[in-house]
Amino acid sequence: MKRILVGIKRVVDYNVRIRVKPDGTGVVTDGVKMSINPFDEIALEEALRIKERGGADEVVVATVGPADTQQQLRTALAMGADRALLVQADGVIEPLVAARALLKLVEREQPLLVILGKQAIDDDNGQTAQILAALWNRPQATYASKIEITGETARVTREVDAGLETLDVDLPAVISTDLRLNEPRYVKLPDIMKAKKKPLDTLPLADLGVQARTQLKLVRFEAPPQRQKGIRVKDAAELVDALKKKGLL
Amino acid sequence: MSVQILIVAEHDGTRLNVSTAKCVTCARAVSGAVVTVAVFAADAAAVAAQAAQLAGVDKVLAVDNPANAHALAAVLAPQVAALAGPYALVLGPSTTFGKDLMARVGGLLDAPQVSDIMAIESAVRFRRPIYAGNAILTVEAVDAPKVVGTVRTASFEGAASGGSAAVEKVSLNVTLPTHTRFVSVSAARNDRPDLQTAARVISGGRALGSADGFKILYSLADKVGAAVGASRAAVDAGYAPNEMQVGQTGKIIAPELYMAVGISGAIQHLTGIKDARTIVAINKDGEAPIFEVADFGLVGDLFQVIPEIERLL
Repeated sequence: MKRILVGIKRVVDYNVRIRVKPDGTGVVTDGVKMSINPFDEIALEEALRIKERGGADEVVVATVGPADTQQQLRTALAMGADRALLVQADGVIEPLVAARALLKLVEREQPLLVILGKQAIDDDNGQTAQILAALWNRPQATYASKIEITGETARVTREVDAGLETLDVDLPAVISTDLRLNEPRYVKLPDIMKAKKKPLDTLPLADLGVQARTQLKLVRFEAPPQRQKGIRVKDAAELVDALKKKGLL
Repeated sequence: MSVQILIVAEHDGTRLNVSTAKCVTCARAVSGAVVTVAVFAADAAAVAAQAAQLAGVDKVLAVDNPANAHALAAVLAPQVAALAGPYALVLGPSTTFGKDLMARVGGLLDAPQVSDIMAIESAVRFRRPIYAGNAILTVEAVDAPKVVGTVRTASFEGAASGGSAAVEKVSLNVTLPTHTRFVSVSAARNDRPDLQTAARVISGGRALGSADGFKILYSLADKVGAAVGASRAAVDAGYAPNEMQVGQTGKIIAPELYMAVGISGAIQHLTGIKDARTIVAINKDGEAPIFEVADFGLVGDLFQVIPEIERLL
């Protein structure tokens, strides 16, 4: 069975305006809309497209997180994933722990490909795909904007600072997605109904033999310094004068 | 007490990237820092010599290997891990090169990584942006013999030249994988200043209307020696290539002068420019959020304003 494993994370929805708690212990998440991390949605969409082209037989979506993450897994099933795995753990999951948990799932599921988002939009760590590839001792192709699979190899175009880089990686491999890989599909109502019948298994993190250690203590959260609002100029001449006075032109 | 810090150099085979000099400044902020820069290349001599000239570098390790001709994380990571033994802190730049590589290094070393370090308070205590820069988090490593980090280059000045560190050739007995192979990289045009290091940057948004519309920005940029950037909306619309994207998911920059032309100022764009010294906004919508952060705002038609600025110079 050719299988693709997709990792998703439950995060504060990207449209929510983030507020730091006054006591500096975190950001406000009470009553805030939660969603699948947008880069992970792209990862799932890509896996579904590969399957639809005949490149895979099954798409399994997995997450490490609290029980509530079932909601996001159901959304992923509604998008088209065949089954879902919830590795249940509360509190902060550091990337090393998430990658270790995913590695356990990889050992069970033997996927051809693991696709993850390049970073989660909450902690912005951007590490899990690379760590998983390291622990698995397999290739990584991060920041993918195009994936072509031919036999035992994937040709991946990556968005790098210099432009676009192309790599060939032997499968199995870990790929992380960038924004322009695809545009995820919208979930249709009948699919939400169908998703309720799809398998969703829950495994406690400890049952996988992974220790939920934390090595980075979150000392303090602060709001970023605000820029002072500047002045309006009336035309190009006034702007050029102002910039010349500051020695900027 | 001395703190041993290893920095993985970023380079293109012949020239050291300025991101490395910024990592040196970050490392030097640790009291008692002893800074070693490692250069991995097919032939590391030229780049190692440049690294040795950075003030604040104590030693340079040059690792030659034909497999290092292209920077592949899967190939470099085991070599970095093999060198990492004596170091408490292993740093790389928070560029696509460093982000791709360092997390893999952290995985091999079983060491936690602090991503996007914007300030360093000690060898174990750091400040970093989260939620696209909407919050700043102070983290402290505990129970970690070794910490890996990526350095947010916009937060640090590059170390000056004037150093004279010794260069030591190192050969590593590490089996390197062949499962990852470089195919090609698109040739970036280099007749304009580099977006990430330019003192002046002019960026265009969707209001430019087309790739052709961007020509007025290129023309002005060439007159003032600026790099040209673009908003995500402009890149998504195909007006500019992806490597020009400025913002949280593109490049994070800190030029002396940033001109946002026809850019409304979505949060993810503002995250990429908030360390700019002076921000100029030119937009026909006076209510656009970009004006909230701009030092100078001009409400007007960019297709008239930009050529006029060029004429006035």
